[in-house]
Amino acid sequence: MRKSNGCRVFGRRQPWRALVVPPSMDFTVFLVQCLNAVQYGLLLFLVASGLTLIFGILGVINLAHGSFYMLGAYLAYALAPLVAAYSGGGFFAALGIGIVLSVAFGYVLEWAFVSYLYEREHLQQVLMTYGLILVFEELRSIALGDDVHGVAIPRWLSGSVPLGSVMTYPVYRLFMSGVCVAVALGLYAVVTRTRIGMAIRAGASNREMVQSLGIDIRVLYRIVFAAGVALAVFAGMIAAPVTSVYPGMGNQVLIVSFVVVVIGGIGSIRGALLASLVVGFVDTFGNVFIPQIAGILVYVLMAVILLWRPEGLFRTG
Amino acid sequence: MKLRRLAISIRDSAALRFWPLAVAVIALVAFPHVGGSFYVDLVQTTMILSIFALSLELLVGSTGLVSFGHAAFFGIAAYATTLLSPSASAPSLAWLLPAVLGMAGLAAAVIGAFCLRTRGIYFIMVTLAFAQMTYFVFHDMKFAGGSDGRYLYAKPLLAVDGTTLLDLGNPRTFYYATLGCLVAVYALLALIARSRFGHALAGIRANEQRMRAAGFSTYAYKLAAFTLAGVLAGVAGFLHAVKDGFVNPEILAWHQSGAVLLMLILGGIGTLRGPVLGAFVFVLMKELFQSEALFGAFARHWQLPLGLAIIACVALMPNGVVALPTQLRRMRAPLPHAG
Amino acid sequence: MKQRRNVLAATLVAGALCVAAAGAHAQSKIKVGLMLPYTGTYAALGTAIENGFRLYVQEQGGTLGGREIEYFKVDDESEPSKAVDNMNKLIKRDNVDVVVGTVHSGVVMAMAKVAKDTNTLLVIPNAGAEAVTGPMCAPNIFRSSFSNWQPGFAMGKVAGERGAKKVVAITWKYAAGDESVEGFKEGLRASGGEVVKDLTLPFPNVEFQALLTDIAATKPDAVYAFFAGGGAVKFVKDYAAAGLNKTIPLYGPGFLTDGTLEAQGASAQGMLTTLHYADGLDVAKDKLFRADYKKAYKATPDVYAVQGYDAAQMLGAGLVVVKGDVSKRSDLVAAMEKARIDSPRGSFTLSKAHNPVQDIYLRKVVGTENRFEGVAVKGLADPARGCNMK
Repeated sequence: MRKSNGCRVFGRRQPWRALVVPPSMDFTVFLVQCLNAVQYGLLLFLVASGLTLIFGILGVINLAHGSFYMLGAYLAYALAPLVAAYSGGGFFAALGIGIVLSVAFGYVLEWAFVSYLYEREHLQQVLMTYGLILVFEELRSIALGDDVHGVAIPRWLSGSVPLGSVMTYPVYRLFMSGVCVAVALGLYAVVTRTRIGMAIRAGASNREMVQSLGIDIRVLYRIVFAAGVALAVFAGMIAAPVTSVYPGMGNQVLIVSFVVVVIGGIGSIRGALLASLVVGFVDTFGNVFIPQIAGILVYVLMAVILLWRPEGLFRTG
Repeated sequence: MKLRRLAISIRDSAALRFWPLAVAVIALVAFPHVGGSFYVDLVQTTMILSIFALSLELLVGSTGLVSFGHAAFFGIAAYATTLLSPSASAPSLAWLLPAVLGMAGLAAAVIGAFCLRTRGIYFIMVTLAFAQMTYFVFHDMKFAGGSDGRYLYAKPLLAVDGTTLLDLGNPRTFYYATLGCLVAVYALLALIARSRFGHALAGIRANEQRMRAAGFSTYAYKLAAFTLAGVLAGVAGFLHAVKDGFVNPEILAWHQSGAVLLMLILGGIGTLRGPVLGAFVFVLMKELFQSEALFGAFARHWQLPLGLAIIACVALMPNGVVALPTQLRRMRAPLPHAG
Repeated sequence: MKQRRNVLAATLVAGALCVAAAGAHAQSKIKVGLMLPYTGTYAALGTAIENGFRLYVQEQGGTLGGREIEYFKVDDESEPSKAVDNMNKLIKRDNVDVVVGTVHSGVVMAMAKVAKDTNTLLVIPNAGAEAVTGPMCAPNIFRSSFSNWQPGFAMGKVAGERGAKKVVAITWKYAAGDESVEGFKEGLRASGGEVVKDLTLPFPNVEFQALLTDIAATKPDAVYAFFAGGGAVKFVKDYAAAGLNKTIPLYGPGFLTDGTLEAQGASAQGMLTTLHYADGLDVAKDKLFRADYKKAYKATPDVYAVQGYDAAQMLGAGLVVVKGDVSKRSDLVAAMEKARIDSPRGSFTLSKAHNPVQDIYLRKVVGTENRFEGVAVKGLADPARGCNMK
């Protein structure tokens, strides 16, 4: 982005635009790409926030987190006809059911499996959750098949907002960004304003003390894990109409989420938000300007940040 | 009485400790003469994976550095083999192998220099990041053939003055060359374990701060281990490229790094037999679960029993197959004893 | 006590080797190895191909050339990295007589290499990689489908005839995508048009949003897209969601709309594509084929089913001449080369490089059909550059 003497937009000189908008790009296009970047970043935040909570508070590296995202998308696909048949409700009913199911599922999974991982070394956690990825993939394959599916967008969200003369921007993507922001605010409110949030933050710094205060840390961990799972499943459900539902969709999201968590600082939700937005921008604009190396940009970013701040942007206590 | 003493001295003698290894090597040498070609191929693949796992053992077992990006060096060597080989004639082993190993080593040195600045979980993540970077370099850039991969048009050979000494295009020769490499890498690592360098690495694994206080520049030792591990992974990568005649970016994917870590833990970290056994067990498990003869139509869902087996093995046998007899004995007679 | 551990280790390895040392034996049925994608984005295509193949064999009473067929299946998952191992499973473990596969062009290149090295008969029922009937062509490799260049070239001609001068191409970055776009460019050049931008994304990535924005910014006369399976569904839907289908016509080879119309719905209506098959063809064999396929599989066949059906026909034509004796390889190959295949797409013959010489049709999407509009190019043969057979 060269510092020129301002690009001519609307017949006037606008010097600040030259710093922000690359000279070769139309402003509407730039705006659309920014919206794309924000939407991608916010979706990533949903997945990464769950991962950072599980990682930071439970101390468990959960490679299966991407599988929850995939399960969420397949759940959206599977629930849609059922919900329509039984209650005549639509997309939001399916979302609600999905959240309830995922919280229950996360609760049970923590009790049955994850709680055994706390005492183990990182390597064992990595490998056991890797085995879990395979199990989930195949269970999904047995239950719902391996085809690629689409999920319908509810009618009132399926329009497009016109931007400039040729382009439009899908309303549903704006809706996605909006929902993610709402979830982010909700998460902030819960963690900073509620007693559970307080217990979670305390449990992250000093587990024994929390236990000696009479709070059952095991139940707390179960709640945190279930919340993490629900966040990832929810992200998958709202992303499904946009990304399609296909096997292996969890893999890429998993790796990028880990990058986000590490950049942002393990255990920090604030860090996850900032890092997801940065990654969203780097990835989107990277793909536009230099598609050949766009794939590696995110990892270069992570390497650079880790070398500058070895424990991520926001370290938690 | 004298006979009993003789028997005891034979049993305890150092030479006898090597006989199971000797039996294994003899079995591998004899196998191509008894097995069907598909199974010989399978054993060959397993030997290559054993070399790969052994190279990682140097990092994880001996030095305590858990690298989740070891597939990068395997892949770089495999790709280098196809990129450096001419498309018309067979390349000479004399310059190809050192060149390929050199590239793998260089990459390991550069990547290691960056990664070793971090510790613990961050080290795991940074090695993963660099491996993903190399994956995308080979996946997205045109010179590497993209997601379809590249070919090795002619297999390398070693010739002196026109007479061919070693033609890797001959399957038998290649099998024995692979076996030779496996034995060489195993022997090298065994020697390292007994050397001053190996003891320094063991000290770093146990307590790095103390080693630094004792005056060792631990960063240099770790970097040396990382580079050597990269070169040995390169040996496996080279053999892989020659065996298939075809390389693909997926050999650099994080799944591959995960698989080799899995082989290590299955076999048993901290021993040299472990990685080799782990590679055999892993390949056998995969073949077993994919076998339609045993599972019928369900064989297409082979990843389910494999995933469950992985979870079970890591949960129940955290020290690997190698430690199984000890574990069983401890379970049978749980006495408080000095291990 | 370390001895015991070592003994256990050694016996494990030796035992494993002994168990594995069993081999396979020959039988009197013809062994056909199907290497197709049964999972992943191309899974539906793999199933359609197998259905088509089996339908033909069934029509012949379960035999080809008088011998019964025994099937061996391997899921290639559209993964080029596993292709060599999967081929070896069929050739060395199951000892098949002929391999039929696959969909993905990258996988088929590895398959062709192994087939060439082991001199195994290979019939390709979809993957259009030009190398296979180009530099890697061989007497034992046949194709019953198309080469990526063919539908692309035809579409380029049509796009040019409809006045497209400035076109943006978008596809996955792999052999099939690159070759399809190259074919399109060649066809377009004849009318003076050109492709001003080549957009690609890695296979099987489906994040099109940023690229669609780029297309809109370039304001071309038309867009040429190559995608198939799940990716095709998503692209056409996203293209419509971005509002581009109202102002910039979207062209593509038929894979963009074959087998995908139910999922694409309204977003694909009115699209023009070129392919060697269409709905509503006035070919007697097609009507018969469709009726039989519907009865057997309760679904409408698509181009992939036709290609599978024709692969079996091709193989059958050769086997009939050698009376089922697969060891008479040169006679078998000669018979297959000379065969005139009575396909549901219309009859076709094979070029010297063993690729079909066929009519490419222009189709329009109406409802859930790719309706036949006319012949885009008649009797189009793939240039087979780099093949030095005969």
